[in-house]
Amino acid sequence: MDCIIIDDEATARAIIGQLCSKIDSLNVLAEFPNAMQAIKYLNQNEIDLIFLDIHMPDFTGFDFIETLKNPPKTILTTSDPNFAIQAFEYDCIVDYLVKPITPERFQKAIQKAEAASQSLETVEPSQEKVEGSSGNDLYVNIDRRLIKIDIASIYLVEAKGDYILVKTEDKNYTVHSTLKKIEEKLPNDLFLKVHRSYIINVDKIIDIEDNSVLIKKDVIPVSRSNRPELMKRLNLL
Amino acid sequence: MEQPNMSYIKSMSGGDEAFEAKLISIIKKEFPEEKTVYYNNINVDNFKQAADNVHKLKHKISILGLEKSYETAVVFENNLIEGSTELQDEFEMILTTITHYLKQL
Repeated sequence: MDCIIIDDEATARAIIGQLCSKIDSLNVLAEFPNAMQAIKYLNQNEIDLIFLDIHMPDFTGFDFIETLKNPPKTILTTSDPNFAIQAFEYDCIVDYLVKPITPERFQKAIQKAEAASQSLETVEPSQEKVEGSSGNDLYVNIDRRLIKIDIASIYLVEAKGDYILVKTEDKNYTVHSTLKKIEEKLPNDLFLKVHRSYIINVDKIIDIEDNSVLIKKDVIPVSRSNRPELMKRLNLL
Repeated sequence: MEQPNMSYIKSMSGGDEAFEAKLISIIKKEFPEEKTVYYNNINVDNFKQAADNVHKLKHKISILGLEKSYETAVVFENNLIEGSTELQDEFEMILTTITHYLKQL
């Protein structure tokens, strides 16, 4: 998990940094002595986890969370145990560490963050579908914003490693997801997987030649195993 | 009076002497600064700001293994929030003890 540390006390940042260095799955990208600097950083960078001090001058940890539209998972670090109840009013907060933090307690907090991360991944795909206004839209998460795409406007989806490229009439979107996940979200009377790396909108086909289809200006390969299903979908004369 | 020690820092370092040296260096720099700000505020009866300073200082008190002193600092912080300076002398004695200890390191 990529993480950042926000604490106005250099001693605290050093201790948390040391604790992070002992855990292979953690990668500390940056440290900040105040929330404002962190907000600027988060506007340009995506991270998985924040270690956040509550008690900071001018701008508290809670103020900071409330400025973020979609806050990453957060572990609060504080010398004051009295904020615990308030802390768990925020969905993003996965744990609450009282200073001085011990390695054992820190380890537990990371396990909670990892568990929260895994459950989030499980939930995300279904959210994409249910948030459509009438089942005609698909919401995709890009740079921590949910962008609405009219499903009918999609003519091609291409697998690109850990990402998919969604091509629509107006715009293309690169989304961190898999072809399998989006295939489950698209209506199967309109879309067809014609190749292990491509899903096409059958209504948008311009022509078919041997083992390829032309959609807009894209020539898409059709695998031998998928060709019969494609031919079945066509209104052949 | 209880004395500062390195037990927490050593439990954190796991034998990493470079980290121990780095942390002590940070504390040696940060502690006098925080202490000065505290005295500046308490001397002009700015209790709310002084309470914030105590809040920050108490982390260092705990890092240096001063468990009873930490409890004193917690109560003193609350006293300041309520406008009382009760335990001020005790708290400032803790600061003095830490100052002497850091000079030896």
